[in-house]
Amino acid sequence: MSGETHYGEGEDVFERVKTMMQWTPQGRALGFEVTKLEGNHVWGRCPYKPELIGDPETGVIAGGVITTFLDQLCGMAAVLAMKEPSMVATIDIRIDYMRAATPGRDVCAEAHCYKIGRSVAFVRAVAFEDSAENPIAHATSTFMVNATRKFGANLREKKT
Amino acid sequence: MTPQERLTAALARIPYASFLGVRAELKGDELTLVLPFGDHLVGNPLLPALHGGVVAALMELTAITQLAIASKSDKFPKTIDVGFDYLRSGKPVDTYARARVVKIGRRIANVQAEAWQNEREQPIAAMHGHFLVSEEEKAPGGQ
Repeated sequence: MSGETHYGEGEDVFERVKTMMQWTPQGRALGFEVTKLEGNHVWGRCPYKPELIGDPETGVIAGGVITTFLDQLCGMAAVLAMKEPSMVATIDIRIDYMRAATPGRDVCAEAHCYKIGRSVAFVRAVAFEDSAENPIAHATSTFMVNATRKFGANLREKKT
Repeated sequence: MTPQERLTAALARIPYASFLGVRAELKGDELTLVLPFGDHLVGNPLLPALHGGVVAALMELTAITQLAIASKSDKFPKTIDVGFDYLRSGKPVDTYARARVVKIGRRIANVQAEAWQNEREQPIAAMHGHFLVSEEEKAPGGQ
């Protein structure tokens, strides 16, 4: 199931990665799931919920939900590509919409970390309902890696 | 109905805005969206920090609402592309966002937005995006 991901092998890895997806309170609130792992690719699902509708006339899910989903799935792909997994922080993410998501249907996505360096991971993702051949959106993102103690510096008390 | 009331009613119709807990403040034609902190908005429980996607969603919501005001339309514009730059981690406190409509063309509008917390001069994230304002096309890639 896990292919050649650096995170390890076997069903145990898949279970741990599924738990990681639920680690963020916002991910739990939105109901994100990891569905498949293969190398530096990760697949996930964002379930359709009426409270996440962004356009009340059509019932289409809000763009913000798709952004959050793709951001988290891309971050997950970056973590899985690291030799020693640590936290990642998004530097930037760009999302291009090909069409609106279909009302009433779950949104799925595949994220691929195609390059990871000492400081930065580069991740692409595509969101769809059935197949990446009929995409809802494409995302391109970069993440800061191996910087557990370096980011969030503005959240800590300043030394005087 | 005052513009502020109309805006509040428009936001109240968006289920996702209620899910986040977003509130609108309108001064003249300048809109500020306020996102009060909530535990469900956290992305990193260790720091703790807001989920980047939540900050992005706040800015996108601000952009489309400001654009609806600027284009005097009752309908919310559709997103073509959006780019988000993260500048600082979001603290577990209230977050604000404001958008600037750079240009409204016949079909496409260019909008920028920024999100900040305690200090306006210390933004935590920035957004730039293109939105479809024309009624003719149903989707960005539509025929």
